[in-house]
Amino acid sequence: MRPIIAMIDERISLACGSGGRAMHALLEKVIFPRLNNPLFQGEEDAALLPLEGATLAFSTDSYVVSPLFFPGGDIGRLAINGTVNDLAMRGAIPRYLSLGLILEEGFPLADLERILDSMGQAALEAHVQVVTGDTKVVARGQADGLFVNTSGVGLVPPGIAISAANAQVGDSLILNGGLGEHGIAVLSQREGLGFEAEVVSDTAPLNGLVAELLSAGEGIRALRDPTRGGLAASLNEIARSSRVGMIVEEEALLIQPAVAAACELLGLDPLYLANEGKMIACVHPAEAGKILSRMRGHRYGQESRIIGRVTADHPGRVVLNTAIGGSRIVDIPAGELLPRIC
Amino acid sequence: MNFLSAFRDKEMAAGLQRAIGQAIQKLGQPQTLMEVCGTHTWSIARHGIRSILPSGLRLLSGPGCPVCVTPQGYMDGAMILSQQEGVIVATFGDMMRVPGSHSSLEAERARGRQIRPVYSPLEALKIAKDNPQARVVFLGVGFETTAPTIAASLLEARERGLENYLVYSAHKRIPPALRLLAESPDLQLDGLICPPHVSAILGAQAYRFLAEEYGIPCAITGFEPLDILQGILMLLHQRIEGRPRVEIQYRRAVQEEGNPEALAIMEEVYQVGPGCWRGLGLIPDSGLFLRENYRPWDATHRFGLPSPETGEGDPAGCLCGEILKGAKTPPDCPAFARWCTPEDPQGPCMVSGEGTCAAYYRYDR
Repeated sequence: MRPIIAMIDERISLACGSGGRAMHALLEKVIFPRLNNPLFQGEEDAALLPLEGATLAFSTDSYVVSPLFFPGGDIGRLAINGTVNDLAMRGAIPRYLSLGLILEEGFPLADLERILDSMGQAALEAHVQVVTGDTKVVARGQADGLFVNTSGVGLVPPGIAISAANAQVGDSLILNGGLGEHGIAVLSQREGLGFEAEVVSDTAPLNGLVAELLSAGEGIRALRDPTRGGLAASLNEIARSSRVGMIVEEEALLIQPAVAAACELLGLDPLYLANEGKMIACVHPAEAGKILSRMRGHRYGQESRIIGRVTADHPGRVVLNTAIGGSRIVDIPAGELLPRIC
Repeated sequence: MNFLSAFRDKEMAAGLQRAIGQAIQKLGQPQTLMEVCGTHTWSIARHGIRSILPSGLRLLSGPGCPVCVTPQGYMDGAMILSQQEGVIVATFGDMMRVPGSHSSLEAERARGRQIRPVYSPLEALKIAKDNPQARVVFLGVGFETTAPTIAASLLEARERGLENYLVYSAHKRIPPALRLLAESPDLQLDGLICPPHVSAILGAQAYRFLAEEYGIPCAITGFEPLDILQGILMLLHQRIEGRPRVEIQYRRAVQEEGNPEALAIMEEVYQVGPGCWRGLGLIPDSGLFLRENYRPWDATHRFGLPSPETGEGDPAGCLCGEILKGAKTPPDCPAFARWCTPEDPQGPCMVSGEGTCAAYYRYDR
């Protein structure tokens, strides 16, 4: 009999980068055991580190999106917002970023300038500064145009404890808008797909919205930005880390008609599509109304809504009440859905 | 109201749910229906339809997922192809993880083979045009839904004199498989939810033998939740009336006579032969193979591949065969959710998102 998580062949498959179960297997079987130490927090979006009486948040992310430019953004804006958001999901105020560029020989300078300009603007909007960096060039064919890495640090204000492991039974789940826009926007630009959805990526810095949320008061337990693997992966991660169950109402989910249509056409489930400007907030139910109205007042929170709740039933599982009155499990995505989406 | 939400209306679903409950009560005994198409299986799971049906109604999933019924021998042929110098294998994405005897296309791609998932054979045709130095082989699997578009790609390749585009055909015809199920002694079907897209090509006439010779009610049904509920209700009413026939629930796309143009293209390109189905074995007249005049585009011929009919058995301990016949459900299988999961599929029903086991695993456990 094979173990449940065999999945890792002698070679890395694309599924290992999907944000789903194969990636978790790679992390848990191969990466975590070799790097483990008391401060290692691989399951979180950013690590929290005690430093001279303060709490520092530290995170890193690499960007390999293809194509580099897509409706609503580009790899540069994505790289700034992605790391800013990972820090914000721990309640940190993002401050300083590093930038690593891996360029392929022959890459157009004009494209690089356009991407860097976009990064500059994104950094300005997110109130962060890129303070150090590195540039490498590899021979033609040894990379695909441009890969980007950003790392970032921020400070967590005193008294804040936000973690994927902190969700509690009874909590409300708040989502700040529509699902799947980034995934479909990138996909619509891919060669050969033959459809042009009028969908724009939702890439956005969420630190402002998080600050708004935190100022609304206590009771914010867990935050997560549903990027790769979509809402399904993020909810499952919180459910597993916190050992609770989750119930989501399909009718409460916002899915733009163009996203829904593209999903139907391609056989995709919007719950599994990547977002780059969305977050799930797991909050105390008594505070949910107040938090929701604060979020709706923010530029990136206007469409915020309660999409479900945390339950003691079926710990580690996410269940969707469907629009027609049925119910089903929302599982962790399995293999490669759409590679190089971020 | 937009087109999608119109077919997912909660109140109408509740109305149909009540009517189905009443029909089951009137029949006075449990009913077993089978949905043939993998997309039905997926839709039933995704919308939680099983959870709103009365306990006296059992839905079985039939052999209508094209990936799931593709035999191991064919996958081994695809591996051989991917290992050839200068060959690009183009395939529907679902095929990437189907296990062959020793490997899968996903594993072969990780080893550096040229394997490209595409959404349509026309995309594969374009890859062939853009890479004149390579031979591009499209893995032609599927039913009467995909067979015409792949046939059309071959017509275009011939017209343009494009000789580096080939097809490895293991297309299947649905009606012979349904006859096999109708004749199966283990299976007492009270109705068939017939596939809409296959029917758009074949027309309603293709299922008449099921009603006339075997007394099985048939309803050609769309994929949306309200379509499926209405299709179920039509079947139950046929049972109550005691008058089995072929009804078209999916009037939006299906005509009595099918699509004559698509049928003509298929007739031009394919000939009928015995087809090998994973789990069901060899079924007479259920395979579609390229005709003699399409030999130059026939990968089976050009590469001397094992003929797709030489299928091998299912992986050890796997009940996919029984599940495809509707004789067992996934939880009956000892491998299900234990050592057969979507990430590490053993049997074909777990590989495809439309497979019965994958749909159960993801949505219904």
